[in-house]
Amino acid sequence: MIEIVSAERCITCDKCIAVCPTNVFDRAPDGLPEIARQEDCQTCFMCEAYCPVDALFVSPTTHPEPVDEAGLGDLLGSYRERLGWGRGRTPGARLAVGPELRRPAPPRDKKGTTS
Amino acid sequence: MSIELSADVLVVGGGPAAAWAAVKAAEDGARVVLADKGYCGSSGATAAAGTGVWYVPPHPEERAAAKASRETLGGHLADHRWMDRVLEQTWQNMDEVAEVSRYPFPVDASGRQSRRGLQGPEYMRRMRVRVQRSGVRILDHSPVLELLTDADGAVAGAVGYRRQEDRAFRVRAGAVVLATGGCAFLSRALGCNVNTGDGYLMAAEAGAAMSGMEFSNAYAIAPEFTSVTKTAYYTFATFYHADGSVLEGAGSQKGRSVIARTLLAEGKVLCRLDRAGEAERRAMRLGQPNFFLPFDRLGIDPFTQLFPVTLLAEGTVRGTGGIRLTGDDCATDVPGLYAAGDAATRELICGGFTGGGSHNAAWAMSSGTWAGRGASAFARSLGDTAGRRAASPVGGAGLRPAGGAGRDTHREVVAAVQAEVIPYDKNYLRTGAVLTRALGTLNGIWREVRDGLAASGESAVRARQAAAMTATGRWMYTAALARTETRGMHKRADFPAQDDPGQRRRLVTGGLDELWSVPETAVAQAVPA
Repeated sequence: MIEIVSAERCITCDKCIAVCPTNVFDRAPDGLPEIARQEDCQTCFMCEAYCPVDALFVSPTTHPEPVDEAGLGDLLGSYRERLGWGRGRTPGARLAVGPELRRPAPPRDKKGTTS
Repeated sequence: MSIELSADVLVVGGGPAAAWAAVKAAEDGARVVLADKGYCGSSGATAAAGTGVWYVPPHPEERAAAKASRETLGGHLADHRWMDRVLEQTWQNMDEVAEVSRYPFPVDASGRQSRRGLQGPEYMRRMRVRVQRSGVRILDHSPVLELLTDADGAVAGAVGYRRQEDRAFRVRAGAVVLATGGCAFLSRALGCNVNTGDGYLMAAEAGAAMSGMEFSNAYAIAPEFTSVTKTAYYTFATFYHADGSVLEGAGSQKGRSVIARTLLAEGKVLCRLDRAGEAERRAMRLGQPNFFLPFDRLGIDPFTQLFPVTLLAEGTVRGTGGIRLTGDDCATDVPGLYAAGDAATRELICGGFTGGGSHNAAWAMSSGTWAGRGASAFARSLGDTAGRRAASPVGGAGLRPAGGAGRDTHREVVAAVQAEVIPYDKNYLRTGAVLTRALGTLNGIWREVRDGLAASGESAVRARQAAAMTATGRWMYTAALARTETRGMHKRADFPAQDDPGQRRRLVTGGLDELWSVPETAVAQAVPA
């Protein structure tokens, strides 16, 4: 679910308010987008993809899970980077050649080992 | 104050089928309004994901092989003529994606584009631009709540709510295309929470029937507590019990029911993508970056570490049931009403089974194209009379309570419906006794919704979603009970065999208070437009 709107990075372009398919954001009195209806967030990551300044972070869990912005490091903006959105980047679509989905051979060892 | 608009064609929805319908209606000269519950470009099952496309060169052998590949899986309910049409239309539309929208397809060493897949965000961002450049008026965050019909029962527009402006809107239209997606029951499967069956309910209220609603029990593999469904990549997975021993028979394709049974019995299934080699691992990252979002953000290496998985309900989004079509132009049983994409039945090309993407993506662009043109032609045939027609709203449940004691909160209704349609031991692994009990419960919920659920503004949107989910669940189980066999994705534990030729026909299902389900042979056959 959406957890972070970075007040430091946000340029109040309202893009996230526009693109969120489930209308999770409202514009707060100070002009910043606020997460007004987090329970409606479907964890689709689209707001993050569209944010031009990587101010948003969607946690991958479908329940609320507070996140510390300072600890995110490279994860902030990482989806947009992978999509190749943003000036000077190669569109990810250009490189999107997935694996052949044939059925591969079964694994050798029978016992799964956690690492 | 309500916004009043008029158009030749109103397109409801904002995914690929809606976008293609709007573009093709506009190219045909129609004045078009597109109203989406979310945002056209990010809304729906496609935009958030990546999808293969059923894109097959026009060589007779390749096309024949493509058609044959899923026939058995689909239980032989698909129609060769429709498959041919979709293959041909998809071939043309993908050309337009490349040439008109300049989609950056991968290029091989000889400079040739590979057009077998689309990244959802890129594809739909470009489709929105194309819709806008076609002169279509887009209403984002504008869920349509009910249809309008004229004195003869033909659809004449729709009423909705602009949720970011808190005001109603009304569009008078010569024809309406429903491209509202399927119904995944707010399961949070990737991008699917806007798909609550709204179009089915609106179509039924206007008099349309459904087809293939028994094929409505798709479940996708996702890491536990996340939204990212990409079952195809789990062909590289081995599945394990909680103690780390291999879960025999489990797999992403045929063995998905083993996963469901183990989740029911043991509460936990672990997974590792240990069948992917180095090259495949790299290709997966490039092929679908969103697949790795949960792993990267949870600090899991899915190729070397075990992680718990779940099965997320995708209902009819990756089922094949939907609004019944009555013509090549994607007309429905109701004059002036057209259906496209997941809102329409996909049995015509998939029969009773579909995975994600591929056929669905091809169907969305093909049926969208035909529905847009069909709606435009219908509107033109009305001439000047279109705007002068009487137009009365036909919405019921959730908008106009019949009276009496009923449910008054949409939240309660949603939770009660989910309890009947999401559990694996009710919907996935089906038996007559359990289906009968669940349908009884859903019928009870429907009566309460119809009698007591009423709301306005934003709450009306929620109430209508709850009503549509209730109706969808009831059509699903009515059809599932009528099909006393196992075919396609519909698996009856009490009828484990496919009944050929006895039940090799599609089932048409409908009704609001009283439901019915009959073989397609018993209703008027689909006729070419």
